[in-house]
Amino acid sequence: MREIRYRDALREAMLEEMERDESVFLMGEEVGHYQGAYKVSEGLLDKFGERRVIDTPIAEGGFAGVGIGAAMVGLRPIIEFMTWNFSFVAFDQIISNAAKIHPMSAGAVRVPIVFRGPNGAAKQVAAQHSHSCAPFYTNIPGLYVIQPSTPRDAKGLLKSAIRSDNPVVFLEGETLYGVKGEVPDEGVEELVPIGESRLARAGGHCTIVSWGRPYYTVMAAAEKLSAEGIECEVIDPRTLRPLDTSLMVESVKKTNRCVVVHEHWPYGGPGAEIVDRLQREAFDYLDAPLERVSSLDVPMPYALNLEDTVLPTEDRVIDAVKRVSYVK
Amino acid sequence: MAKIIGLPKLSPTMEEGTLVAWTKKEGDEVEVDDLLAEVETDKATMEFRSFDRGVLLKILVPQGETLEPDVPVAIIGKAGEDISDLLEQVASKSASKSASVPESASESAPAPESASAPESASAPESASESAPAPESAPASGRVLSSPLVRKLARERSIDLRTVEGSGPQGRIVKRDIESYAGPSAAAAGAEGERLPPRVVKASSMRRTIARRLTESKQTVPHYYLTIDVDIAPLSDARSAMNAQLEASGEKVSLNDLIIKVAAATLRRVPEVNASWMEKEIHYHQVVDISVAVAVDDGLMTPVIRDADRKGVAEIAREVRDLAEKARNRKLQPEEMSNGTFSISNLGMFGIEEFSAVINPPEAAILAVGTIRNEPIVEGDAIVPGRRMRFTMSCDHRVIDGATGAKFMAAFKSTIESPLTMLL
Repeated sequence: MREIRYRDALREAMLEEMERDESVFLMGEEVGHYQGAYKVSEGLLDKFGERRVIDTPIAEGGFAGVGIGAAMVGLRPIIEFMTWNFSFVAFDQIISNAAKIHPMSAGAVRVPIVFRGPNGAAKQVAAQHSHSCAPFYTNIPGLYVIQPSTPRDAKGLLKSAIRSDNPVVFLEGETLYGVKGEVPDEGVEELVPIGESRLARAGGHCTIVSWGRPYYTVMAAAEKLSAEGIECEVIDPRTLRPLDTSLMVESVKKTNRCVVVHEHWPYGGPGAEIVDRLQREAFDYLDAPLERVSSLDVPMPYALNLEDTVLPTEDRVIDAVKRVSYVK
Repeated sequence: MAKIIGLPKLSPTMEEGTLVAWTKKEGDEVEVDDLLAEVETDKATMEFRSFDRGVLLKILVPQGETLEPDVPVAIIGKAGEDISDLLEQVASKSASKSASVPESASESAPAPESASAPESASAPESASESAPAPESAPASGRVLSSPLVRKLARERSIDLRTVEGSGPQGRIVKRDIESYAGPSAAAAGAEGERLPPRVVKASSMRRTIARRLTESKQTVPHYYLTIDVDIAPLSDARSAMNAQLEASGEKVSLNDLIIKVAAATLRRVPEVNASWMEKEIHYHQVVDISVAVAVDDGLMTPVIRDADRKGVAEIAREVRDLAEKARNRKLQPEEMSNGTFSISNLGMFGIEEFSAVINPPEAAILAVGTIRNEPIVEGDAIVPGRRMRFTMSCDHRVIDGATGAKFMAAFKSTIESPLTMLL
């Protein structure tokens, strides 16, 4: 298997799906002539032309709504937000229209649309541009929310999202775009199913559930813990709504403890949802309270040292694992 | 003036008592004879009533503690009175005594855990805050354990009160259960190793039974007399009585009739109704029959007073009431002391005969077996018979063989012709 970057995996997914299905098109700010703000759509304009790779004005509410309308009449739009922070001006379109039209039309009208773009903190983009948006969108019935951690999952899940007949919120990461990882060779098609978690690392002592940028923090922490004799089992949910807890429950039955590590704030969100489900579904197997490691409960500071403190750190992951393992 | 209240001796044989529950709390007004607490003794759960009037200023011993009589448990005085001297006095006494004297409730209460709001759960400074607190068991008596530990304890029949917890606040966690069941417990199934015994603390009733029965068997020279009787007449009499009683909803059991017959026989052979008191022999002028009642984790012996003078229906009622009380641990000491003769019945388990241990200072105990349906020879014919075996254990210091045998013969003849009791 070859190794490619996360951003290339996403581009391949869009390219393959646009080749496969003429109704798929990409729309957003700087997706065409600029080749994408983060170069995810590089080369797509040349290949598919301005009819299918559409540069928009800086008007998220407008082009999100146009995309939803296009989806309602049979197209399969991919709407790129330059970052998910800008989706807030399109919030009403996503929540009130994309997520509601199918149920409110009694199933008559479907909205097969993908909203995608980088999510979470980048580096020193400060309080207004560092949001981890999963809690906002996972709260909405009618939306699918995917947050892939690896290039392979990014490609396989974006392909599945484009083929889905439902509105999908697809959360990428600016700091993940350059991450390299194994992806099936060209010509080998892999669709990663929506709503299935993945065992990322096997271990018998402590379960860690993580996704997105902290996934890599967790994998590094797991290496260090392994050197101390604590073997962590890491599970990546990949899809945050619908949430698949089956692997997590099986793992907790084995390890009897679990730490959930995520970038979003601690109040609510998928992190809290996972803890809630595990305490019910694995109650009799828990030897310690479930713990979470998240961003600190503050608006993101601009200063780099403070940003590094706010985001989940290896040390905090290691401390939490030791606490639930009753190791000092 | 405030005074220290010690744990009262609530029964003549009480060597220790467990403070099951305080019924007053600090600050409550107390009148003479007000219920202060419930105390479990070797015999029953007893009421601990106040001899003083005032305000309960301080509870010195939390619920669940087991103590010897006279150990300070509370301070009663006037509202607002300074009790620092008394507290010091209690502290110095307990320091000089063994470590088993408990600290005061407030001192041994666990330090309140810092509330961990979800947002602070992941804050870096909270790492040190939520680090394991001093590992002391909480005074509440509640066993702290993880859900997994509770599941394992259920599966392995482990009493968690006997397991020491190594987690925060003494929480019992998986590793405590693993090490409790032996270092290789996890591999035990696979390697076929044997599990060590399950260790359970003996209850105070259990220890009383152990002490008294050991004392009896070691100091009382037992010998045993077994006799086989035709139980058909008594059994038929019982049926007739129950038919008569049917309207009232009451019933008498064969055991009630046996109590009555034994009581009547004791009147006819009074030498058996006696006690060896070292330099004297006491011949009892009342016939009070102790009846062994099995209860959870032990047995009790409520006493039917003047059984010789009571009707069988009355005996039946008393036995039923006292057995019920015994099972609920509500028997008062006076309801189970000073019997003069005991009866123990294991017939319901199919036991044909057995030898019981004498309940001192009584001199004899009658062990009752099951009814056997078997052929008997009557004249020249073999006929169906209903038989029962009785074994009396006798204290040879009081009852010689011939005396005991005389009792058994009289007992047999009364059982076989119950009407003679009317003589």
